[in-house]
Amino acid sequence: MTALLPGSSRPRPLRGRPDLHTSYAAEMALLNTPGKRRGVAALAVAGALLALALTDDWLVILARGCALAIGAIGLNLVTGYAGQVSLGHAFFVGVGAYTASALSGDPADGALIGLGVRDMALWLPAAGAVAGLAGLLVAPIATRLRGLYLAIVTLGLVFLGEHVFREWTALTGGVGVGRPGPAPQLLGWRFAEGSALLTGAQQTYLVLFALLCLFALGGRNLARSDVGRAFAAVRDRDIAASIIGVDLRRTKLAAFTVSSFYAGVCGALLYVVTPYVEPGSFNLNLSVQFIAMVLIGGVATISGSIMGALFLATLLRVTQEIIPRLLPFIDTAPRRDTLLTTTQLETILYGLLIVVFLIAEPRGLYGIWVRIRNYWKGWPFSY
Amino acid sequence: MARFLGALFGGLGQGSAYALIALGFVVIYRSTKVVSFAQPSLMVAGATAVSYLAAGGDALLPFWVAVPVAMLLTGLLAAGVERVALRPMVGKPVFTVAIITIGVDIVLRVIVNRLIGVNIRAVGDPWGLSVVTVGGIPLQVRFLAMMAALTLVIAALGAFFRYARVGLAMRATAHDQEVALAQGISVGSVFALSWAIAGALAALAGMFVGTSSGIDQNTWIIALKALPAIVIGGLDSIGGAVVGGLVVGLVEALVATYQPAWLGENFALVSPYVLLLLVLLVRPYGLFGTREVERV
Repeated sequence: MTALLPGSSRPRPLRGRPDLHTSYAAEMALLNTPGKRRGVAALAVAGALLALALTDDWLVILARGCALAIGAIGLNLVTGYAGQVSLGHAFFVGVGAYTASALSGDPADGALIGLGVRDMALWLPAAGAVAGLAGLLVAPIATRLRGLYLAIVTLGLVFLGEHVFREWTALTGGVGVGRPGPAPQLLGWRFAEGSALLTGAQQTYLVLFALLCLFALGGRNLARSDVGRAFAAVRDRDIAASIIGVDLRRTKLAAFTVSSFYAGVCGALLYVVTPYVEPGSFNLNLSVQFIAMVLIGGVATISGSIMGALFLATLLRVTQEIIPRLLPFIDTAPRRDTLLTTTQLETILYGLLIVVFLIAEPRGLYGIWVRIRNYWKGWPFSY
Repeated sequence: MARFLGALFGGLGQGSAYALIALGFVVIYRSTKVVSFAQPSLMVAGATAVSYLAAGGDALLPFWVAVPVAMLLTGLLAAGVERVALRPMVGKPVFTVAIITIGVDIVLRVIVNRLIGVNIRAVGDPWGLSVVTVGGIPLQVRFLAMMAALTLVIAALGAFFRYARVGLAMRATAHDQEVALAQGISVGSVFALSWAIAGALAALAGMFVGTSSGIDQNTWIIALKALPAIVIGGLDSIGGAVVGGLVVGLVEALVATYQPAWLGENFALVSPYVLLLLVLLVRPYGLFGTREVERV
């Protein structure tokens, strides 16, 4: 009880009562229980140690998963937290990817735009900023529209963006040709090349994992702030939100801008892992994959976005490794007697997963985690 | 002038096919308040069914029988999808349901693409690229057929909603689901029926889309042209869907004929989306859509 007495400026949490918060500051803290603090720390260490435990090909997949997770967090901020359905995420990912590639491209190359800014510390924020600016430009349309109308307009945005990427060959290299991705170089350290201690894949993974941690904490911090709470208010009931003084236009602008910033960063990082950008990749399919990550992971949760992205990023590899052994009629390459290739199976799986998760567990993987946690909280009693 | 009239005619013809798909979207939207993103896969499924039934040397059925059969099959498929994937979601947020239809679309499309294979499949239509010349302007017969089909479908749908008991039930459900339920209307079967109608229309449109050029694994994208169409017309307006479809077809054909080179080669294909942005900036609920009234 000392914590509640006047004069004690920093109330101390009570032992054994993690959910008992004695001040608003403690309740609204970034990680507000000891369990969360220890869990996140353990996960961060374990994630970093994975670089040593896994083979390089798995690390490439996981590095891609980290980049996708940043994009998924971005989509979750606008769609999950702020409730503005966006099917246009792929467009902003593309804007980021091309900003970074053009910035770090070779100025001597006559065919492609290249500015020779090769350091990640410069091109990564720039990629985010340009994509964020694109989001800011699109957002006024979004503030006029609601629900499904918005979804369809953002879908149109993907088609328009794809067209621009295809036709602007000085920037993108054109269909089927593409261009090299941004230079993997951070403050002079060429991490993709490998060193005496670690291979290039291990270093790339570590860089991306560190960035994911940074952006995840940033996302969580935004979600708990007044901006984040305004997002939730607009999502839950926009009229009520505007009555209690939330500026709808500004909130939606903020949501789209931040989300597009994350998408741009995701796009730039994706092509650090896969060092080749093809203009056809930023299509509706990519947008739907991001939607799937958010839904399978968990709507309006940062940890869920990460789980969903890693889950979908590893799905193809898992289907390639495991399924052909179990089911002989499914193979990686199309043969005469194969029923489906693993790529087709993967596509079917993520379509099915969207449907099954939405029907059976709308809170996604995060919801499953909550159930497990609650089971062990009450164990051995059922509640 | 002949060039302009040619574009006008082709646009209206292609627009009729878009309008058929758009009608399917609107029928589903009116009864369930959901935009079904599964229409592309249903459209391709219908076209593939026609192709398997009527194309090639060993065609199972004559073309004129194959089309209604394919429409029926696709309608049944659509109703099945509704029963399995969407009925459990009644009352959930519309966005969630819309995303489910995306999931359904992905699954169906992989299966249909597996059936289509890597080559282009013909749908076995009797028109091909044959032309009749009216007043010195060559008109493709397949476009005439599309317009005729659209006119027939509009008349049939109009009569159905106006005179049939089930049509009345569907209108009642569109108006107010709970009151319809209270009047003894089986809202569930109304949902299934709207999906079936939308599936059949998508199959018909898919057959038309496949005429002359055939269908391949990327044909599904054409169905998304109906989205600008329904949004321009307004999501819940049948007349709007028809107007929207025709407008989209016209704009696409005119842009394809007159586009300046700096916009890029295939700008015509994305021009409907530009139109969509412009219309929505001026009228957020489309040209004929009902303005949403919110109770505070």
